[in-house]
Amino acid sequence: MDPELQSALAALLLAAGDDELILGHRNSEWCGQAPILEEDIAFANLALDEIAHAQAWYELHAGLVGKDPQTYPDRLVYFRAADDFRCLRLVELPRGDWAFSMLRQYFFDLYENIYLRELSASTYPPLAETAARLRKEEVYHLRHARAWIVRLGLGTDESHSRLQAALDALWPYAQQLFLPGPGESALSAAGIAPERSRVQQDWMEQAHALVQECELQMPAAGEPPASRREHISGFKVLIDELQSVARLDPEAVW
Amino acid sequence: MAELTAEQVWRILAEVNDPEIPVVSVVDLGIIRAVEVRGDEVQVQMTPTFQGCPAVQVMRAEIENRLLEAGARSVQVTLVHSPPWTSQWISPQGREKLRSFGLAPPPVHQGNIEDALLTITACPYCGSQDTSLTNSFGSTLCRMIFVCNSCRQPFEQFKPL
Repeated sequence: MDPELQSALAALLLAAGDDELILGHRNSEWCGQAPILEEDIAFANLALDEIAHAQAWYELHAGLVGKDPQTYPDRLVYFRAADDFRCLRLVELPRGDWAFSMLRQYFFDLYENIYLRELSASTYPPLAETAARLRKEEVYHLRHARAWIVRLGLGTDESHSRLQAALDALWPYAQQLFLPGPGESALSAAGIAPERSRVQQDWMEQAHALVQECELQMPAAGEPPASRREHISGFKVLIDELQSVARLDPEAVW
Repeated sequence: MAELTAEQVWRILAEVNDPEIPVVSVVDLGIIRAVEVRGDEVQVQMTPTFQGCPAVQVMRAEIENRLLEAGARSVQVTLVHSPPWTSQWISPQGREKLRSFGLAPPPVHQGNIEDALLTITACPYCGSQDTSLTNSFGSTLCRMIFVCNSCRQPFEQFKPL
């Protein structure tokens, strides 16, 4: 592969892995605390899936930057400085209430279902294969999150108003999903990664339909965060916690 | 020590069970994709079910130990991700073992998971088709939770993938 494409693809995969990892980590904060037992189980499953998907992207990333796909993902997760993470602020935000976490999950799952569908047609076979494989699992996520949004939206006055507040807060952050990363237009031109504007079109259509179904008010468009290099103010605390055990004994064998 | 044949390796693998569903073997689940024997070296190709399945490393170690005990000098278990595992690869015998364990086997499907999820799930205890899904996620990544409206028994189903 052309070196410029290769480095753009490595950056895209690192960002994709970081999104999944941090979302999985935030979701894991509900473990033992979800509103009902069934949902505690479900959200812990979602967290585990997202973290496993992060591993798949990190393995592909490792191959492109000349590292060992077996060991490098752990280095990236446990020994990287917070400033070097490239996740979206959407996934970094504190978990908030149940409506907030569930709507964030829905927005991300809807994006992944569309993005992975497009990515499974990538001209780079390892990427196409991984996307097709992970998408089968994502079908379960999207169904689950969507059903919850409808339940909250058409539930009680309180669940409806909490969902509306989550929508107002999350909408601008969700738009960052569609900002292409460095060198990504060349990847799209080469058929390696989809055009994000195409993904956005589909996403908007489905997100709008759900907002209507739940009788919610569409918030103002807002301004999405511009760069994946800028994180929320508490991001370092999150990374410190995530890495605390591994850093106690870097040579430990698990 | 006599060299193993491929048939012997398959027979040994048929005794390595999934630690999360101890009635089915790695062969029943269809996760063993190929076996190659070269002299006293054995190579096994394995395709995990779900990406995050925590049982993969346990099964991998168990396969290595069993084959070394049986006389192989070196064993290499390689994880192969393409083509991805599908629940269609679970053997008819494996499906029957799941049912006897109280775990409804996944519906047969043609690759579309959405369609597969529309299939009625029969209760593995009483056979009734009057069942309701209570949770798309269960005690492991590969299961979901139902309740039987006839015999009132909660049960799990192996997810179609």
